[in-house]
Amino acid sequence: MTAHEASGLLRNREISSVELTEAVLERIGQVEPNLGAHISVTSDLAMKQANAADLAIQEGVVHSLCGIPIGLKDVLSTADVETTCGSRMLEGFVPPFDATVVGKLRGIGAVFTGKLNLDEFAMGSSTENSAFHVTKNPWDLTRVPGGSSGGSAAAVASYECMVSLGSDTGGSIRQPASFCGVVGVKPTYGRVSRFGLVAFASSLDQIGPIARDVEDAAILLEAISGGDSNDSTSLHVEVPNYCEVLGRSIEGLRVGVPVEYFGSGLDDDVKELVLKAIDQLADLGAEVVDVSLPHTEYALATYYLLAPAEASANLARYNGVKYGYSNLESVDVSDMMASSRARGFGEEVKRRIMLGTYALSAGYYDSYYLKAQKVRTLIRSDFDEVFQNVDLLAAPVSPSVAFSLGDRIDDPYEMYMSDAMTIPASMAGIAGLSVPCGFAEGLPVGLQMLGPALSEPTLLQAAYAYEQEAKILFKAPSLDV
Amino acid sequence: MLDRDTVNHVAQLAYLALDDEESSEMRLQLAQILDLFESLSLLQTDQVEPTARVIPLELPLRDDEVKPSLSQDQVLQNAPRIEDGHIVVPAVLTDS
Amino acid sequence: MDANSFRTVIGLEVHVQLNTESKMFCSCSSGYADSEPNTLVCPVCLGMPGVLPVVNRIAVENTLLTGLALGCQIASESKFDRKNYAYPDLMKWYQISQYDMPLCGRGSLKISLDDRDKQIGITRVHLEEDTAKMIHGESKVGHKISLIDANRSGVPLMEIVSDPDMTSPEEARAYLTTLRNILLYLDVSTANMQDGAFRCDANISVWPVGIDTGDVKVEIKNMNSFRAVFKALAFEEERQSEVWVKTGQPPEQETRGWVEASGETVSQRSKEYAHDYRYFPEPDLPPLKVTDQLISSLRNAMPELPDSIYKRLIEHCELRSSDALQLIDDRPLLLFFDEAVNEYAQPQRLANWMLNNFVQELRDSETDLASNPVTPQRFVELLQLEDDGHINSKMTAELLRRMVTSGKSAKELVAETGGQITDDDELQKMVAKIIKDNPQAVADFRAGKKQAAGFLVGQVMKATKGRANPGMVNKRIGKELGL
Repeated sequence: MTAHEASGLLRNREISSVELTEAVLERIGQVEPNLGAHISVTSDLAMKQANAADLAIQEGVVHSLCGIPIGLKDVLSTADVETTCGSRMLEGFVPPFDATVVGKLRGIGAVFTGKLNLDEFAMGSSTENSAFHVTKNPWDLTRVPGGSSGGSAAAVASYECMVSLGSDTGGSIRQPASFCGVVGVKPTYGRVSRFGLVAFASSLDQIGPIARDVEDAAILLEAISGGDSNDSTSLHVEVPNYCEVLGRSIEGLRVGVPVEYFGSGLDDDVKELVLKAIDQLADLGAEVVDVSLPHTEYALATYYLLAPAEASANLARYNGVKYGYSNLESVDVSDMMASSRARGFGEEVKRRIMLGTYALSAGYYDSYYLKAQKVRTLIRSDFDEVFQNVDLLAAPVSPSVAFSLGDRIDDPYEMYMSDAMTIPASMAGIAGLSVPCGFAEGLPVGLQMLGPALSEPTLLQAAYAYEQEAKILFKAPSLDV
Repeated sequence: MLDRDTVNHVAQLAYLALDDEESSEMRLQLAQILDLFESLSLLQTDQVEPTARVIPLELPLRDDEVKPSLSQDQVLQNAPRIEDGHIVVPAVLTDS
Repeated sequence: MDANSFRTVIGLEVHVQLNTESKMFCSCSSGYADSEPNTLVCPVCLGMPGVLPVVNRIAVENTLLTGLALGCQIASESKFDRKNYAYPDLMKWYQISQYDMPLCGRGSLKISLDDRDKQIGITRVHLEEDTAKMIHGESKVGHKISLIDANRSGVPLMEIVSDPDMTSPEEARAYLTTLRNILLYLDVSTANMQDGAFRCDANISVWPVGIDTGDVKVEIKNMNSFRAVFKALAFEEERQSEVWVKTGQPPEQETRGWVEASGETVSQRSKEYAHDYRYFPEPDLPPLKVTDQLISSLRNAMPELPDSIYKRLIEHCELRSSDALQLIDDRPLLLFFDEAVNEYAQPQRLANWMLNNFVQELRDSETDLASNPVTPQRFVELLQLEDDGHINSKMTAELLRRMVTSGKSAKELVAETGGQITDDDELQKMVAKIIKDNPQAVADFRAGKKQAAGFLVGQVMKATKGRANPGMVNKRIGKELGL
């Protein structure tokens, strides 16, 4: 059952939010020991919200997400609920405020079932970097769910919640959505307020929905979008009705296929499924043309300079002084701060802080940081140019299906390569999504669609048309061990 | 090539206490990643403007109005060490 | 090398807290004086995970206003940057500041010293945020600790950097007082040094005459008053000259702290805080566009500044230069003067009474201009009573004292005790009585002691509690004594 189906049942009083929430909590109880998608399950809060939602539903007109169980990536600040970012550093940290998106969902009566696992501070592509536990892929428990929003994708795929929120900095929504066979949307930079999203790379981070179908994703995206006076980088542009465009024909839509995304690194199975999906778009009336984004190969290097540089400043505040892990034995202030950071952060986080500090430090700024900012301009221009001629782009999300747990964790370089196809769009700040397009080796594969800034309606329209046409019937993974 | 002193200097700037083993492992991993960056040097970018922010926006300005702050309890709620309404750290050496 | 063959180069960095209602990047109150610790703090100024800054419009406008007053080039596009440094009182471990695109660029400030004017170049004026306050003490179990109060964290801070154009501690002092006055007249800061609203760091290099001045400079910190700045610079001038004399080499480039108690600067060797600020553009804040419209509306709203006030006081009011400067140095007093002079045609007489008697009365009764009951209108009324002959100058002084303490107007007080006695008959009676009661003085006078006449006049004044018209009494006594 999807969220919009459940919403219909709630409004017709065929089920109550309490019943729905109890069912979800029960499901969490069943599968969580094997899956590990959650960092915390907020049963009490959820039941309280479900009761309130039922009252609101009785009273009349409510939002379609009222009473719907939603999971939140644990990088979103939630008032009075532990918010850890998957880090030892923030274990036990209870913020006094809601992220803007969390406040919006709370306001419309959503039910928060839990905080979902992630790579520590959203740094990673497999959710193996969580300080607490590894999340597994619901389709194959020996595989990773992708990352960093692995918990958010796995929880939706395994019915541990109806929809969830993730965050995408270099592909952290699209890649796990692809690996777990769900829909994930990375909105245009600025479309959704970042206030209360614990910052990784501020010029790239965006919150987005993860859902079991395009319609749910559209509903959730609409609910969280909009300008925010607390986020100076948010766009004060009217939020369209994203559901309205669903079902419209994509006849005449110009779809570009970037040749650089179909090069040597791409697995044949994945390539075949993606090309088949593109054929289906053509069958639906889209004009498909090959295009080129010549600077694609430089995006990865650019990203791994800029994102860690921003992160090195964003993560400086965790120093054992105001909140979070602190080495209480130390009596020397410098030693206290340096050792708190050394112990509180995991390996990958430290690696990126080092990388970013290095890229910004005296003598290297021009050759690394500034250079990367210039290349970023070239990557943006590539997209600007192709979008003169096409409405959207279709490509793979990731070069392979979900890889095995432990496969790449000791090789940061190899791990970084798995983001090569999602990073360029992040660098350009444009909109993108992943929609399931089939199974290879029994594992889901996603089709990535990218559009210019604020093209979410077009992307959702195309993804919906494809979803209806392809009828990749969503089945729940068995999760039997 | 990234040398040991540079790694230690960067660790110091980043306030990360690394032991020798961590430091040398970090050196190897960073060196590998830095190789990836070398590809960028091939690109001619003299005439290219840097991008710091992707979406062209103007800075919104806030009216100068006071809104309620947190309570002192909320401010101190997560602090590892507190005393007399303050956040406490081991003594910071002062010059005077 | 002898001690006279050196020249001094001084540049000043001034940090000014802007007197906005709310903080730089959040809506917490910036009025932290006398507040309970950590009660004016929100997630933003505490640097909690996930928070974002939102810029205070008035802080931007006040910085632009200052830039305009200093004749700075105003940037049409400015931006904020992150300045990374690790110190426990900096909540995010980076300060949002401005690096290569400050709001205000080159400008200058005219200082006057010994009736000589000099232009001091302004390098830049930019906007940033203040840090939390740290106090150092001991824990209940005796550990040495530092206590952090985040109420000050995020208060808007404007940094004004001068060129190294000053050549003596005197010039530095003149620069600071002139700058401080401008800030007060712009009403952008309390500019109070004791409260930390006006802070000054100095760069100073001493070079032998004949050697080109180079880069080496000593930075001095911890100066908490104008006097401290002056004394520290004077000390440093001498110390650096001595280094030259002893070693023939420039003094080491370093940061030194002023120690008030011992009256010297001491080297601050900070081992752990290597400075590499790693500035980069603040991704949470888009660039700031400064429109021509904003600039012209700020120009229109620009209050009168000390330089033109001085000109006005000299040219229009024809005040003595020292009086004009004294008024300008005390802005509330100047505002009082300006209001009073609107209704009073003798500016110098007004200034005399204000700067001598009034200031003294306020000091004696431990009050100030804002809280004492004498308004400019009442002050003028008092002077006019004397001008019109209703009271004499002695009474004016006495009445002013009573106006400050009683809250009554001069007219009310005169109505209670009576005005100046100018009635001929009445004065004649009193003079006759005093002559009669003081035969010795009269005899002395006749014996040639002319000053005895003054004694008799004094007796009349005493008997009338100062109310008799002294001129008339004088005349009458003279007549009685046969002068």
